[in-house]
Amino acid sequence: MTIIIDRTRQGSAMAGPVSAAERQRQKAQPQGLYKARVPIYPKLVHGPWRWLKWALLIVMLAIYYITPWIRWERPGALPDQAVLVDFDGGRFYFFMIQLWPQEVYFITGLLVLAALSLFLVTALFGRLWCGYACPQTVWTDLYIHIERMFEGDRNARMRLDAAPMSFDKLWRKVGKHAVWIGVAFGTGGAWIFYFHDAPQLIRTFWVGTAPMTAYVSCAILTFTTYVFAGHMREQVCTYMCPWPRIQGAMLDDQSFQVTYRYDRGEPRGPHKKAESWTGRGDCIDCNQCVVACPMGIDIRQGAQLECINCGLCIDACDEIMDRVERPRGLIAYDTDAAVAARSEGLKPRHKLLRPRTLYYAMALLIVAGLMIQGFLTREQFGIHALRDRNPAYVRLHDGAVRNGYTLKIANHGFEAAALEIRYAGVPGAVLNSPGQSGSGPLIVKVEPNRVTPLRVFVTAPADRVGEGSHDATFEIISSDRSQIVKTAFEYGSAPQ
Amino acid sequence: MSERERDEHTGVETTGHEWDGIKELDSPLPRWWLWVFYACIAFSVVYWVLMPAWPGLNGYTPGVLKQSARADVVRDLNALQTQRGRGEALLATASLQQIESDPDLQAHALAVGQSVFGDNCASCHGAGGGGAKGYPNLRDDVWLWGGSLEEIEHTLRVGVRSGHADTRMSQMPAFGRDGLLQPAQIADLTEYVVGLSGRPADAAAVARATPLFAENCAVCHMPAGTGSQALGAPNLTDREWLFGSDRASISSQLQNGRNGVMPTWEGRFSPGVIKALAVYVHVNAGGGDASSGKVETAAP
Repeated sequence: MTIIIDRTRQGSAMAGPVSAAERQRQKAQPQGLYKARVPIYPKLVHGPWRWLKWALLIVMLAIYYITPWIRWERPGALPDQAVLVDFDGGRFYFFMIQLWPQEVYFITGLLVLAALSLFLVTALFGRLWCGYACPQTVWTDLYIHIERMFEGDRNARMRLDAAPMSFDKLWRKVGKHAVWIGVAFGTGGAWIFYFHDAPQLIRTFWVGTAPMTAYVSCAILTFTTYVFAGHMREQVCTYMCPWPRIQGAMLDDQSFQVTYRYDRGEPRGPHKKAESWTGRGDCIDCNQCVVACPMGIDIRQGAQLECINCGLCIDACDEIMDRVERPRGLIAYDTDAAVAARSEGLKPRHKLLRPRTLYYAMALLIVAGLMIQGFLTREQFGIHALRDRNPAYVRLHDGAVRNGYTLKIANHGFEAAALEIRYAGVPGAVLNSPGQSGSGPLIVKVEPNRVTPLRVFVTAPADRVGEGSHDATFEIISSDRSQIVKTAFEYGSAPQ
Repeated sequence: MSERERDEHTGVETTGHEWDGIKELDSPLPRWWLWVFYACIAFSVVYWVLMPAWPGLNGYTPGVLKQSARADVVRDLNALQTQRGRGEALLATASLQQIESDPDLQAHALAVGQSVFGDNCASCHGAGGGGAKGYPNLRDDVWLWGGSLEEIEHTLRVGVRSGHADTRMSQMPAFGRDGLLQPAQIADLTEYVVGLSGRPADAAAVARATPLFAENCAVCHMPAGTGSQALGAPNLTDREWLFGSDRASISSQLQNGRNGVMPTWEGRFSPGVIKALAVYVHVNAGGGDASSGKVETAAP
């Protein structure tokens, strides 16, 4: 499905890219059930947006490849890898942060933040994600660059594909695919370092003793990288990705998008050097924006689903505008409202603060605030008191009532600690833990980075505790603070 | 086929569906979609060859890989057994006290104990060990045969009236059924036993039963009725009653002398598992030194 808002045809007799003749031809033959991919040969452009994309490509690939190799010293036998998703140990490490499986909501929060940021950025500046940051775009860009190194630019590639097989064609094709597969393997190979200690894995990987998941993940990512970035490219964005469909809901006429300024460009047509520019638009119909487009579309048809807003057509057009000595920016980041205002002779006004952007920003701030608050108030010790339910209570020989609990003390820190445990809320109650000898306060040693279970029993004299359920608390005191955990003391009248 | 409408802008046929003037394009599927479909068919053929696939009259086609979920389970269980072997070796060498006082070993023993208890003990003693009429409560501090770690382990090993050569053995006679005492004497003794645990009882009956108790009961239950863990005779002065505390239950026990059976677990479990079970029972009973009826407490 393609949504085309073709303003160039408003009140204009000009045929669009689908000419009347073409449409007649199409009508003559019934539309097939399937459509083969039309190969796209994007032409290399030069300009600020192209440079920005090169820079971002290098930065993002560098982040991807270097991150698993950053070391971060942690005490004891803990992994010294700064960023590590440790499935075997059940931990996620990110520099000084260490998350346990039950804290996965921090990851969820990060994903919510990422989604809201995407909404906000899209509402303000269009599909920046698609054009510059999406791995599909980055790797496709890299693959097209490799293709260009072997087969030359657009025209050379088209000639090569049309030419019969020859030694020259063969080595270029083989070379291209070999490097593609190499890059794909590097991509899949780097991915697995996020899940195991990188220096160790790179050794075990080559001698065949790495975990099977490493080989399978590497193989899958090698395959998908090679197929998606080498062969499918824009098909992934157009047919497989849901985001182009969703982003329409974030955009409005105040969103900056790669825009063909039809108010300035129309009526378009070829232009000879000596001709006057009066009475016609700046678009000389040179088609450079189309040949530069990695998605194979014509930006002059307006905002459309396939457009990833990469800005390469801006660079292509600016180059031509310089050559024909017209001002740059016939294609530029602009808003629909601004273009509409200009075509009516009004001064365009940009509104960044709109209800939509404010809502997104507000939601973003709220979630970020909750996340930060949650993270800052994260206790070093996660403590749960599980009260025995079968039996709920026990009468002792002297009539005293006893409740049993299992305390689960998760030490999120990297150092062992000695915690004092107190019990409050039941008069005369006595706390004990089997195996913990000696009198005096109940002290439990908790090892770092693990959960310590502890069976404890609370015995209360029958004459001091009434029947029913009583609110009670465990107080866990570490060297610098104390934590309160709510629980209950049960003494029912049910026979036992 | 009738002429299908084409969209003016794209030249693509429409499906003919229209909502408020918005028409649905019938865009052709990408060709590679078809290839994916064919690839799936090819994959399924490969899958039939490699994996168990087709049912037959006498079984199924096992596939070249001979994959079997049952074999996987056996392999996993064997791996688990190997893994447990290490823990069991630790349980076998450490003393009961060491197991209970070492937090890691205790946790291991509790995990093993909980699983073994649930499978073998819970049917009589209850899932939580709370007991039932005729089946002792294992969560309190009253023990027929002693509540120390060693005594619990010993009971687990030899059982009670189990047929084991060294079994713990005690015998409550069926005083009424076997004609050892007359019904009136049993009624008097019932009042006496009710009185032992501090409850109001008929003083005349108690007086009549005093010599009867000394004659028939005190040898096991001790003159004061406090019982003996060495003999496995219940304490009659506390609140804990194995076969019920009301007069009818006590009278019935005097009449019929029921004696429960606890099986021996020696030979059925390894010594390590029996130790783990002993620690599990002892810890869940509060971990006290129950032979003296006192609970060890950590704080005053």
